Amino acid sequence: MRVFKFDKNKGTKENLDLSGENAIANKETAGLSQSQIVLKRFLRHRAAVFSVGMLVSIIIFVFSAIDSKIGPISINGWWKHKTDDLPPLLYEGCPGGTVGCPTISMRPKWLGGAGIALGEHPFGQDDIGRDYFALVMRGAQRSVMVMFIIGFFAATIGIVVGAIAGYFRGWIDAVLMRFTDFIITIPSVIIGAVIGAKFGNLGAAVLAVYLGLFAWTGLSRLVRGEFLSLREREFVDAARVAGASARRIIFKHILPNAVGVIIVSVTLLLSGAILLETALSYLGFGVVSPDVSLGLLISNYQAAFSTRPWLFWYPGFFIIAIALSINFIGDGLRDAFDPRQKRAISKKERLRAMVGIRNKE
Amino acid sequence: MSQPILQVRDFTVEFWVDGVWYPAAIKMNFDVKAGGTLAIVGESGSGKSTTALGVMNLLASNARTSGSVKVNGVEMLGASASALRKARGKEVAYIFQEPMTALNPVYTIGFQIVETLRTHFDMGPKQARIRAVELLTMVEIPDPDLSFDKYPHQLSGGQRQRAMIAQALACDPGLLIADEPTTALDVTIQAEILDLMRNLKSRLNSAILLITHDMGVVADMADEILVMKDGLTVEHGSADQIFNSPKHPYSKELLAAVPELGTSAKRSLDASARKQSPVIKLENVTIAYPKRGRIPEFVAVRDFSLEIYPGEIVGLVGESGSGKTTVGRAAIGLLPIKSGKLEIVGKDISNASQKDLFTLRRHTGIVFQDPASSLNPRLPIGESIGEPIFLAKLAKGDELNKKVEDLLEQVELPRSYRNRFPHELSGGQRQRVGIARALALTPDLLIADEPTSALDVSVQARFLELLLDLQDKLKFACLFISHDLAVVDILAHRIAVMQDGLLVEVGERDEILKRAKHSYTKRLIAAVPVPNPAEQKKRREARLAGKL
Repeated sequence: MRVFKFDKNKGTKENLDLSGENAIANKETAGLSQSQIVLKRFLRHRAAVFSVGMLVSIIIFVFSAIDSKIGPISINGWWKHKTDDLPPLLYEGCPGGTVGCPTISMRPKWLGGAGIALGEHPFGQDDIGRDYFALVMRGAQRSVMVMFIIGFFAATIGIVVGAIAGYFRGWIDAVLMRFTDFIITIPSVIIGAVIGAKFGNLGAAVLAVYLGLFAWTGLSRLVRGEFLSLREREFVDAARVAGASARRIIFKHILPNAVGVIIVSVTLLLSGAILLETALSYLGFGVVSPDVSLGLLISNYQAAFSTRPWLFWYPGFFIIAIALSINFIGDGLRDAFDPRQKRAISKKERLRAMVGIRNKE
Repeated sequence: MSQPILQVRDFTVEFWVDGVWYPAAIKMNFDVKAGGTLAIVGESGSGKSTTALGVMNLLASNARTSGSVKVNGVEMLGASASALRKARGKEVAYIFQEPMTALNPVYTIGFQIVETLRTHFDMGPKQARIRAVELLTMVEIPDPDLSFDKYPHQLSGGQRQRAMIAQALACDPGLLIADEPTTALDVTIQAEILDLMRNLKSRLNSAILLITHDMGVVADMADEILVMKDGLTVEHGSADQIFNSPKHPYSKELLAAVPELGTSAKRSLDASARKQSPVIKLENVTIAYPKRGRIPEFVAVRDFSLEIYPGEIVGLVGESGSGKTTVGRAAIGLLPIKSGKLEIVGKDISNASQKDLFTLRRHTGIVFQDPASSLNPRLPIGESIGEPIFLAKLAKGDELNKKVEDLLEQVELPRSYRNRFPHELSGGQRQRVGIARALALTPDLLIADEPTSALDVSVQARFLELLLDLQDKLKFACLFISHDLAVVDILAHRIAVMQDGLLVEVGERDEILKRAKHSYTKRLIAAVPVPNPAEQKKRREARLAGKL
């Protein structure tokens, strides 16, 4: 034998003390699993973390405010009015002779306001006196539900189509992708309009399912691209050599590695979905009365914008808050899943480090 | 004594990670003089590239530097951006490891050289073109006039590296920093590039700072050597001194780990082994990548015949593109063969169905080249190792875990590593996991596809030792694919040499290494650098004489 003068024990402890290649780059991730690394990076993204809190509180607030039903669970709302109550229209203290203005007051007494209070109808009342807060809550419930249903169906179909096309390639890929191209060429608003006209009266959930059946195209293309590159990786060959079936390779080996791309684009798809629902309802093709959605509320009262702008502001605020939080979350997730993202040192930290050196010297 | 072109004093580089400064290079002191070559040697992660980048002030934003770096007497640390821009390219030039990624793929190489010229000199486009063609001629690119208008992808790896050297030399820099300039190249091309760099150095009298992990390259080029480990300078001395009487134990260790051609003990195979039926038998096998769209069919391997007997290790050697990996993948059923006959453990799998292949999987294992991509990053390594056993339905649950732990122990990894993820392991450890997985079903045939090409020499030495031990114990047949003759020399009983998809020569190891018949084999052996400056000089002269 040639001289291999190496301590055998040395081989086993090689990288435990984190010497060797990429040692410094790995210090940050030592002892963490992939998902823990992602979580750690995500928590650094302040806007995203704030948005998660925001979205969760909006959903809890909205679903607990008035009676709602999620599957088998019914929730009794804590708000005193229902969407179909018809209390008398109030006009006391309303500007410019209008009726049903919001009674919510945010200015404390010591600033010359009426004190922080909700009042009888915090968001005001609509034309016939229905409580606008209850209507907005119901609308937001609908919009959130529609968003999740669209997201679920679009994600499932998009992942399956993209995975199969990307993994098998060949004619399967050609057929699936041409079909995808075909769906992409039809503008989503027109699809929505046709579906809305045909199924709008069946309720928001059915509408959402049908919209989901058309919203998967972008995701499937992304997943296909990811699969095309991942299937050439050596660990896929290794799995094949180990005797794994195509299904096992797709779902056990490749899909978890594509999860970053999927999560990020699904979150962005969700914010697209809520805007699509709003747009369709505004155009009159989405959710139809007597059901309520945020888009429908805006559409119903657009004529009142100049005289009673609150009928416009409150549903608008909820749309923006939900869509914006989801976009920020998607942003944070994208950064967290991107291994090339390294946190830059802030000026303050750099300065502190410099001072540190000088003190040492 | 002339003034050194590069003077580095107390140079420290630190990286800021997660609230703490980690030093990557500590208190470096060295000079490089005109016409001299300093080689910085060390394993990956030792801080040698960081030092080189730090000299150029090209470090990432989370790094800080202290000390002093003077180029031609001018302090570079803390210099203004415009001063740095002036120095870069003109006084200090950089040759990167991977010419494909360092050259911009959307511009012609001529354009990129002209760009460097016109940034630093007041020069018209015509003049710059003339100068660029001159440079391309100097680096011996064929048809420099035509090559000027070629894009990087139209050139071969060696030519790209030459183009990059031409670009680096555009402004006659006093200092050339070469960061692993030949690591991505084949040995014969590596020898040519090293000759070129040596000629240019003597012609232009510039200084070279060479960063490499290859002791053979160091022996070929360096006047002075600096050995680094974990950011610290371990030893600094002349080439002769380091190679012939290294003082520090780490330098000795590093030198001992370098495999040297023709020094390993004879490996003999029992005569009885050859009488048994071969584990794998390839007969006139042709492997082709089918045509896709407008790209015509590509025949990667032609008329290939080879047999491997039980307990035998056959080394398959060739340069990149010679088709050796294709043979390996076909031998395990990952690629279909176009014509010929392929038999594994007595079964003909020339036209095997998926089901036939499934039974075949129990008799074969493969270790892949790239430890970074051969393990699923989302699975704990225990699951990766256990997968073949699980899929063959041999064990489940606790029994499977026990087997996985035994396998880990076999490859000298702690049992507790079962629950770790690939990114927590070093390259050498990942390759061990790769072996454990390949041996999970105690195969009759192991294909090792360049398993050590991504590893440091000392890690490679341990890995090869482990592979030999395991082979002694388990007696599997092995096809060891490598571009490194020295590595094959340590392991193989027989050696097969491939060139351009053809089997050029096959024979007993000593026969091939000492009495090679084919001119290509001879050229391949002559091009391997030897980690010994005096010996290397002799070989170099012999090679150059042979060329003329």
